[in-house]
Amino acid sequence: MNGSRAIGRDFARRLLRNRLAAAGGAVILFFFLVSALPGLFASHEPNRIDIVNILRPPSAAHPLGTDDLGRDVLARVVYGARVSLKVGFVAVGIATALGLLVGLLSGFYGGWVDAVLMRFVDMMLCFPTFFLILSVIAFLDPSILNIMAVIGLTGWMGVARLVRAETLSIKERDFVAAARAQGAGDARIIFRHVLPNTLAPILVAATLGVAGAILTESALSFLGIGVQPPTPSWGNILTAGKDNIEYAWWLSLFPGLAILFTVLGYNLLGEGIRDAADPRLKGR
Amino acid sequence: MLRYIARRLLLTVPLLVGISLVSFLMMHMAPGGPIGSGTDLNPKATAESRARLKAYYGLDRPLHVQYGRWLGRMATLDFGDSFSPDGRSVAEKIKERIPITLTINVLSMGLIFLVAIPVGVYSAVHKGSLFDRISTVAVFTGFAIPTFWLALLLMILFGVTLGWLPISGISSLDYESLGTLGRIADRGRHLVLPVLLAGFGGLAGMSRYMRSNMLEVIRQDYVATARAKGLPEGTVVFRHAMRNALLPVITILGLSVPDLLGGSVIFETIFAIPGMGQLFYQGVMSRDYPLIMGILTIGAFLTLLGNLLADVGYALADPRIRQG
Repeated sequence: MNGSRAIGRDFARRLLRNRLAAAGGAVILFFFLVSALPGLFASHEPNRIDIVNILRPPSAAHPLGTDDLGRDVLARVVYGARVSLKVGFVAVGIATALGLLVGLLSGFYGGWVDAVLMRFVDMMLCFPTFFLILSVIAFLDPSILNIMAVIGLTGWMGVARLVRAETLSIKERDFVAAARAQGAGDARIIFRHVLPNTLAPILVAATLGVAGAILTESALSFLGIGVQPPTPSWGNILTAGKDNIEYAWWLSLFPGLAILFTVLGYNLLGEGIRDAADPRLKGR
Repeated sequence: MLRYIARRLLLTVPLLVGISLVSFLMMHMAPGGPIGSGTDLNPKATAESRARLKAYYGLDRPLHVQYGRWLGRMATLDFGDSFSPDGRSVAEKIKERIPITLTINVLSMGLIFLVAIPVGVYSAVHKGSLFDRISTVAVFTGFAIPTFWLALLLMILFGVTLGWLPISGISSLDYESLGTLGRIADRGRHLVLPVLLAGFGGLAGMSRYMRSNMLEVIRQDYVATARAKGLPEGTVVFRHAMRNALLPVITILGLSVPDLLGGSVIFETIFAIPGMGQLFYQGVMSRDYPLIMGILTIGAFLTLLGNLLADVGYALADPRIRQG
């Protein structure tokens, strides 16, 4: 136990020493804060319509301008952070759980279980993902819940393959044989011995996955089949930006910057975790 | 090799059937249907006329019968007729949309190769240099930029502020009256932004990929040997290292088919380009079952074909795999 704690400390130190990863983490923390305390960052209501002040450029009263209904863009971007965060985490949670389950079963049991599950993975990978998401989302009611579910249910295949590969190699190690010799059952071996050893690559995949899910949600909302107005999301503010592209650049610029920084944050942190977990791969 | 290809081709058949079954079930289990969207708001539509419409499209049959019929027609490569009011055949609709989508994707592939390979090789050879650091930052930013947002920004810059490029469609209103050269120039001006954006995501990924391949290869013994022989550095980098670093790129090329197809939905919608992506988007929105099934099947087929070509191409290029 002491050994694993020391490894954990070592890992944390390496991660923090990586300046880019730390910067990524800081950006993520900042957006967490924004989501938790939106009132601190925006003085207006995100849905208050003000038809006298429509499409006003950035000013002291509205630092990021107003949209086509006179709503404060800063407030909408701030409240939009919640949607992105929620979609990112829940979708990745679903994908990771499913991928873990399939990967562990497939790698541990092998044989026909593996054959059936992996052929299913192959099949899922043959769909152009965005086509698949689009065709499901468009048929369901476009609620946040459905979006999270669909992004999660179409994004688990990578994790499954990763976990399967790790499991295949871990289950041959001596400590698994030792556990088996002590009379441990399948469940105990899978959850106590195999699972913990697959965590580092999963953490990397999940962190990068949050970035991907946020990008997908914003693209769906932008196309009008994601988060529905009046609920603000970065993607659907950009739709208003496109509709008013000739008059209001601020509607297009700021929500996109929010997406850019958030996604960049998760990507940098994910890469940092990878380097810290396996220093041999550093700089690749 | 031929036997391997034949076996892989045979394997695609059950995969395609499985994929079409999943798509079919997914579509039909979702609430609503093609009849609802056209008649719900029409006060004159009676229950009887709705039932007649359903029977006309064959939607009143049990699901397995419907799927069986579809599969039976597919066996003769008949995609059926679209549910949209024009009622044209799905194959015809797809055929007229594919060229523009393919043109844009092929051009953007070319762009990716022209830019990403030199950037990746140079970064690897000069690892840690200013250029390497700048390109690394650029690559990470590139990964994080939503393509549709970049599209908006470029439309504002080049279309609205500077007025250099058109921001929608693939030809100007006076296209018909232009001469051949004028038409080519006009089409070209319309395609600049879409091609740039279609290639953008791949650009970042490919240059990063090329860089890490190159770093891997440069450490190999035979590169050290080539240097020790006294070969000029240029020969070592281009003849010995780069050729090997390029090998895995073939695989990436084949595997990027689904991403390119998926991306075409976004940029074709933004730029109002009448391609496959836009057709699919419209089909999904109007629940045009035969059209959706057709495009999903073709998309899956192209993906499988890409995978196969990637494996075969790799084997042809690398004798170690061919013999192994």
